[in-house]
Amino acid sequence: MTRLIAQCDLKRPDFRLHARLDIHTQGITAIFGRSGSGKTTLLRCLAGLERNAAGLISVNGSVWQESSKGIFIPVHQRAVGMVFQQPCLFPHMTVRANLNYGLIRTPLAERHMPWDQVIEILGIGALLERYPQHLSLGEQQRVSIGRAVLSNPCLLLMDEPLASLDAQRKDEILPFIKRLNRDMNIPVMYVSHSVEEIVQLADTLVLVHEGEAIVTGPIHEIFSRLGMEEYFGEVAGAVIDAQVIAHEAEFDLTCLEFYGRRLYVPRHPLNIGDAVRVHILSRNVGLSLAPPQVPTSVLNIIEAYVVEIGATVLGKPAVEVKLDAGCPMLATITRKSLHALALSPGQRVYASIKAASLQS
Amino acid sequence: MPAELDLAPLWLSLQLASVTTALLLLFATPLAWWLANTRARGRAFIEALVALPLVLPPTVLGFYLLLVLGPHGALGAPWLQLTDTTLTFTFTGLVIASLLYSLPFVVQPLQNAFESLDRKPLEAAWCLRASPLDSFFSVVLPQAMRGYLTAAVLGFTHTLGEFGVVLMVGGNIPGETRVISIAIYDHVETLDYASAHWLAGLLLVFTFVVLLGVYTLNRQVRVRVL
Repeated sequence: MTRLIAQCDLKRPDFRLHARLDIHTQGITAIFGRSGSGKTTLLRCLAGLERNAAGLISVNGSVWQESSKGIFIPVHQRAVGMVFQQPCLFPHMTVRANLNYGLIRTPLAERHMPWDQVIEILGIGALLERYPQHLSLGEQQRVSIGRAVLSNPCLLLMDEPLASLDAQRKDEILPFIKRLNRDMNIPVMYVSHSVEEIVQLADTLVLVHEGEAIVTGPIHEIFSRLGMEEYFGEVAGAVIDAQVIAHEAEFDLTCLEFYGRRLYVPRHPLNIGDAVRVHILSRNVGLSLAPPQVPTSVLNIIEAYVVEIGATVLGKPAVEVKLDAGCPMLATITRKSLHALALSPGQRVYASIKAASLQS
Repeated sequence: MPAELDLAPLWLSLQLASVTTALLLLFATPLAWWLANTRARGRAFIEALVALPLVLPPTVLGFYLLLVLGPHGALGAPWLQLTDTTLTFTFTGLVIASLLYSLPFVVQPLQNAFESLDRKPLEAAWCLRASPLDSFFSVVLPQAMRGYLTAAVLGFTHTLGEFGVVLMVGGNIPGETRVISIAIYDHVETLDYASAHWLAGLLLVFTFVVLLGVYTLNRQVRVRVL
């Protein structure tokens, strides 16, 4: 567990960063926000690339910056790894030399990353003697991730590392980032404006809006928080960590389990017992007061309790209902339905989720 | 080749050009780096100052250098006290004059090379524990090699062809300041056209071969010169 305290202030003619963070990072922390919200600038402040930023940055008690005392540790003396949107490999060096660039500049006592394992996880063993210009963009980005990891950082910063890649390459790299984080145990700060990436990767979420970190917390909790439409749009709902328990090959479905509840999703290539993350949109969740007595086409009927009912906004027919389904979940229903069901906190309901609407 | 042809001026010119180019590459690097990266207000002023020898008549530059380097000049006087020798009419004086005279030919290609570099790999190097100096040598320099080749060739050939400034501050002392261009002028003055032909021809062929080499390389590895 790494404790990160950051108070970053930076003024530009058209923009102001005023971020306050105090988080225990373990796993992947996503810094999420619209473009122009200041996420990248915040990350650059952490790295020390914004010389004009004022504030305080401390990682596990070691102070990287404390402007009030005139302390500013230069970038190269911070044990920080950075992966940029573009791979930024050194064109005059082979892949191997690129990978070793940070490593050979790391003091011997701090070199604990297993070289072979990092190369194996990233699948770049066959590229070592080649030059960057002969690599695909996806391969280059994998090398640049390896290069940052091998410099043995105590914090790995990633600035939209997948933004320049097409969808197929993204899917190719996402699992690497997950595995790296899990197997190498480096805390990652991951900047992105892509909901899919964040849902797949993040454990903790920092929501940045107009230069301020307005919300910080576990992704499950923030995605199912009431009144966040402004920031998440239609993607709020639930992020559920489930386990694969069966495949129904004849229907092309996979059965998952979470908190004693079952969920059918379109067939997933994972093995039984594997962990999987599911993102449920609140508008795909319907509510009823009793389990359906007649057959229904909806496969997933999940028992839940009403926790809180969102604010009614005049002119908007829909209202959000926060549920406890073992994990927090959000349902968007019409105000008319809310009235008809007469929902109140503590009430038991049955949430129906169409399997076909789920992606995992 | 006339039996009495003295090749010493050619060697002296090559010597002067080599020393000047080497020193210039050393001094011009930090200056060009600063010019390429600074946002300071003084930048335009320094740039104009550096470019001055490009357009100034060599005799004007030479005249002021003569004053500064002379036994009563700002540089010449302390030098006289320290070493008991003068700067004017010596090889050392010529080197100093050439440094100024050829400065823009070295600074400008380097500055262009630095400015055209992508900054991102440099930031990446800093994030990989490389100090600014370390990252300059390991990331910037290898990528600015074309700029260095251009700068070296231009600085060298320009110093080789120097005439007006040398005449003003160096005079015509054999083995000390009698460079090839002065020697050619001398031969023409004394109507020794045969010697003038040989020296001028040698310089022409040599300069052409150097440029030809650079342009050939230019084609092969896409080094941009001129």
